[in-house]
Amino acid sequence: MKLLTHNLLSSHVRGVGPRGFPLRLQATEVRINPVEFNPDFVARMIPKVEWAALLEAADTLHLVEVPKGPIEGYEHDEKFLRQMHHVLLEVDVLEGTLQCPESGRLFPISRGIPNMLLSDEETET
Amino acid sequence: MAFRGKRPEHGGPPELFYDKNEARKYVRNSRMIDVQTKMAGRALELLYLPEGQPCYLLDIGCGSGLSGDYLSDEGHYWVGIDISPAMLDAALDRDTEGDLLLGDMGQGIPFKPGSFDGCVSISAIQWLCNANKKSDIPAKRLYCFFSSLYSVLVRGARAVLQLYPENSEQLELITTQATKAGFTGGVVVDFPNSAKAKKFYLCLFSGPSTFLPKPLNESNDDDEEVQESEFTRERTSWGHALRCSGNGCYSNAEQPCTAGIMLEAV
Repeated sequence: MKLLTHNLLSSHVRGVGPRGFPLRLQATEVRINPVEFNPDFVARMIPKVEWAALLEAADTLHLVEVPKGPIEGYEHDEKFLRQMHHVLLEVDVLEGTLQCPESGRLFPISRGIPNMLLSDEETET
Repeated sequence: MAFRGKRPEHGGPPELFYDKNEARKYVRNSRMIDVQTKMAGRALELLYLPEGQPCYLLDIGCGSGLSGDYLSDEGHYWVGIDISPAMLDAALDRDTEGDLLLGDMGQGIPFKPGSFDGCVSISAIQWLCNANKKSDIPAKRLYCFFSSLYSVLVRGARAVLQLYPENSEQLELITTQATKAGFTGGVVVDFPNSAKAKKFYLCLFSGPSTFLPKPLNESNDDDEEVQESEFTRERTSWGHALRCSGNGCYSNAEQPCTAGIMLEAV
């Protein structure tokens, strides 16, 4: 699971709504995956990033050189975009858990795949 | 998938049908790969994404990542959701580039509002129409799916969902729930006169009304023209549109009948 995905994932447990974000990340195995740099794509994703959640996740994973927020003229700042590219797309959480901040429900991550299956009781009606 | 016998959805839930064996057969079947890849290409075409722009897409029922690979090849980034662990394992083995989630689309899409620039789905959503547990109510699961899909799409984004509807009632059930969830759009039927090649694409739009794409058609006759799909504010009755072959048929408004079905948001 990439950190871009984590930054957009939200718990869909019944009754939780917007309080289901962000999912609290714990990781026991992380891999760095080289991904081809596409500055256009990274620049387009910047407005979608929730920085508090990203920084918290980056901190949990002990990542360094993580920008603290969008800088002026970021669309053309290659250094900034490359750093964001690395954080959002090249850090892959293989094993760990995601926790719903409202309900406490744990979603396990195995082989890089979060298990988001809910029980009947947890499903929104 | 060409069904020569029972429809897979009648035998049980997708995660049981798509077990290790089925997953293994799936990724080795070159005809299957060819069909799924072609449909992924058509779905992406129908998404009408801005040219040259890498987008962040959702692949519903991504399975072993066949459609996802096509999206990657076109320069897009994607997240796939599937309910079958065996198919997702096959996707891992195939080293797909998108992020994968194990999830049930009928339980909703677990993302923040406005996360995705578009959504594709190949041969998946018909699975929502069959109740596999006593507690399953297809209409509710369909509504949960469509309403959450509407939310996670960027305003004005599209979803193109290729499906194999069992009958017109099922198609109506699906389109009704999509409309309830706020989508406009319609069903594009490619090659409506060919039993083998006929394909249904549910094209949904999460913004104000737009055009319905032109369906593909093989001309048997030199004089035969492909009908233009015109967006009108007229309601087209489901029964009429579904029975229509698309040739020389006229609706009440005396417009040439389309081989598609228009949806209007309620």
